[in-house]
Amino acid sequence: MEFRREEIMPAVYLTALQTDKFKTAVLSLSLLTQLDAQTASMNALIPSVLRRGTVRCPDMDSLASYMDGLYGLKAEPVVRCVGEIQAPGFYLSFPDDRYLPGKERLLPKAAGLLGELLLSPNTRGGLFLPDYVERERSRLAQRIRARRNNKDGYAVLRLIELMCAYEPIAAGSLGSEQDAEGVNYVALSKHYRKLIASSPIELFYCGTAGFDEAASALTEALSRLPRGEIDWDMGTEIRMNSLEEEPRVFNESMELSQGKLALGWRLGECMEEPDLAAIRVFNAVYGGTAASKLFMNVRERLSLCYYASSGADTQKGLLLVASAVNFENFGRAREEILAQLEAVKRGEITDEELDTARKSCSSALRALEDDPAALESYWLTMNVSGAELGPAELAASCELVTREEAAAIARSCELDAELYLRGKEEDGDEPERD
Amino acid sequence: MSLSVTEYANIGERLYSGRLGNGLRLAVLPRPGFLKKYAFFAANYGGVMRDFSVGGRRVASPEGVAHFLEHKMFDMPWGNALGLLSARGASPNAYTSDFITAYHFECTEGFYEDLDTLLEFVSTPYFTAESVQKEQGIIGEEIGMTENDPGHALYYGLMRCLYEHCRVRDSVIGTAESIAQITPEVLTDCHRAFYAPSNLLLCVVGDVEPERVAEAAERILPKEFSPAPEPDFGPPEGPEPFERRFMKEMDVSAPQFMFGAKLSPEGEGDGLLRRQLVCALALRCLAGTSSKLYTSMYAEGLIRSFWNEADWGPCAAYAVFGGEGPEPERVLGRFSEAVKAVSERGFDAGSFENCKRAEYGQRLRLLGSASAAADRLARGSFLGCEELRSFELLPGITKDECESFVRDFLGPERLALAVVCPKPRKD
Repeated sequence: MEFRREEIMPAVYLTALQTDKFKTAVLSLSLLTQLDAQTASMNALIPSVLRRGTVRCPDMDSLASYMDGLYGLKAEPVVRCVGEIQAPGFYLSFPDDRYLPGKERLLPKAAGLLGELLLSPNTRGGLFLPDYVERERSRLAQRIRARRNNKDGYAVLRLIELMCAYEPIAAGSLGSEQDAEGVNYVALSKHYRKLIASSPIELFYCGTAGFDEAASALTEALSRLPRGEIDWDMGTEIRMNSLEEEPRVFNESMELSQGKLALGWRLGECMEEPDLAAIRVFNAVYGGTAASKLFMNVRERLSLCYYASSGADTQKGLLLVASAVNFENFGRAREEILAQLEAVKRGEITDEELDTARKSCSSALRALEDDPAALESYWLTMNVSGAELGPAELAASCELVTREEAAAIARSCELDAELYLRGKEEDGDEPERD
Repeated sequence: MSLSVTEYANIGERLYSGRLGNGLRLAVLPRPGFLKKYAFFAANYGGVMRDFSVGGRRVASPEGVAHFLEHKMFDMPWGNALGLLSARGASPNAYTSDFITAYHFECTEGFYEDLDTLLEFVSTPYFTAESVQKEQGIIGEEIGMTENDPGHALYYGLMRCLYEHCRVRDSVIGTAESIAQITPEVLTDCHRAFYAPSNLLLCVVGDVEPERVAEAAERILPKEFSPAPEPDFGPPEGPEPFERRFMKEMDVSAPQFMFGAKLSPEGEGDGLLRRQLVCALALRCLAGTSSKLYTSMYAEGLIRSFWNEADWGPCAAYAVFGGEGPEPERVLGRFSEAVKAVSERGFDAGSFENCKRAEYGQRLRLLGSASAAADRLARGSFLGCEELRSFELLPGITKDECESFVRDFLGPERLALAVVCPKPRKD
């Protein structure tokens, strides 16, 4: 697999991986911008509105049948966050030419469509069609509301929102429901013009074509990209300490027959110069795998919950634990989750636990090279954070992490917030209403 | 044993396959240059196979037993196989559906050692009263999780509308009451019947030596052939749904729906594969993202999402259309109008050809995922189909066949609808 990364137009970077391993090629574009509650919803909305129609394919019918004809090429509007940098854009995937009955060249067509979606929307008088904007904003608001439907995922999102209430990350990659509903098509059109002129752009390609071929297809497709003054003023605010002396406790109730407990820490001083490998290995020891302390103790030994797992956000500097617990076990589960972290702090990590954690981190990283979608997301994060470290290099570092290094990460963590999602029946003070 | 090699040059695949003396099916899809190796060991045994004979004795097993057995198979006299595989750096897991049970792991190093462990634990029944009792607690928690899951409610709501007695009505994980009846003896009976090698398939996707995979299976699994059981699925059901509507209020942000129709599960080989392809193509043309039905409902705000799929098993097959939108009844009405229009005037020829290309691309995409590829190969094999032949059959599917499918199976009298509505909020 050949890696190359270059600036192909002003502030437009292409990361290309040439390989014939995959049957499906990937092409993506991300506009980089500071996450901010004021603009988050507009940024999230732009790809969806652009995806409704272009000058050549003005509506969904014509776009969808054009893509069907390209062997089901997919062009998904996406919006992600890397720390507190918001990245709206498009993710395209399409079959490799070798396996098509007519051996058609799809890369130039895919790049062309990407350019068209970004730069030639179906507009009237230079403004987005009000109908498209109205429909997409209500879909976005609905999507934000729908986060409640998956209680497990929601508990973690809600914890971050509450724990980091005064930081940009609280806006979430989609912004708030109210902001989404309030977006106006004139303002959105203006914001779009500004965004495409001032945002640095990350492009990613993984497939059989070489760098030069991908670069020339993309340069041609983006030839009309306006480049004004580039806005480089963006970054992620990292808090080293918990907000208050004692962890803040939040209680919420939902229609639930089983409780959700989510705990959040600041990774703390280790974020001054984050050692990505040590943080990964620490997380694997603590709660990141089915051989971790949380899994083996909270679930297997004590049967306190159906799952208890941890995750670390190395951009924002957070450690998060999520679990599904019967209401009556909230207290015991919390106690055990904290007790296991204390054990890691004291360096109580067996040789086997350490070895398993290192192996699981390194093999997960090496295995990224077998999955184009995982590579795309890995490189977006790396490129945005400015660490040009390939998965194999990071895997090699993970294999060398020591017990003391993993324990030091645990000691650096400060518990900042606890969220308990409770059932409605539980507290009798709420009157039932039909 | 020697494996036979089938080349599918059109899609760049080579399949090593064969059957051991004990009846085990083997399939290896090489992935040269890949670090990740994926092993998938499946039993032709799912939630619906509850009534069967073993050693001449009739067994009626409780709801949820296939899934319970899956959880308990990881227990070994020496410890837990899930923990061992994880400790070696592999990612092991398992799942049970209506029609199959599958144990799988993915790893980058130590593949053959992990493969030995997989073959060993799946073929070793080891159940104690204490461990069964403890598992009742863990699965009880899992049942608790599904009670809050709208997808679970919709799916079973629809199945209970479509079918009157077929076991697809019942939850794969069972109920608190049903799993309380499970004992080590019940598990032993089910294992003896359904985990005979002749009822299993081992599929490996990755950069491995096919002969070494076969050698491991021969060395570890029982040598003797014992025939696969023939589960009793009860009398076949008529084409129309048992009931037409299911409705439930839950804590969701907007109404969610699933509607669908029964298909006929009979047949095998290319005949069945062709019918599956006709169905997939018909659903795509009728209700896929490029269909008039989809784009018009999207533009009007009737759907936030709208997907379709078909599932094929030994006793039941059905097409399901699911999604989210404010007025599920109107979605169903529009769907029936679209069915009527196709029944009368047929599909547009150009769109049909485009859909065929999209279906081809979509199937190629699935081969990129080892887990999806192995799951499809296994399900196909258990139904007597050679999944990879679909790329050869697809171009020959006619517009006529797809139109007949729509006319024959998706008329309004065959449809049932399940809806989960938001509870009125207190806040």
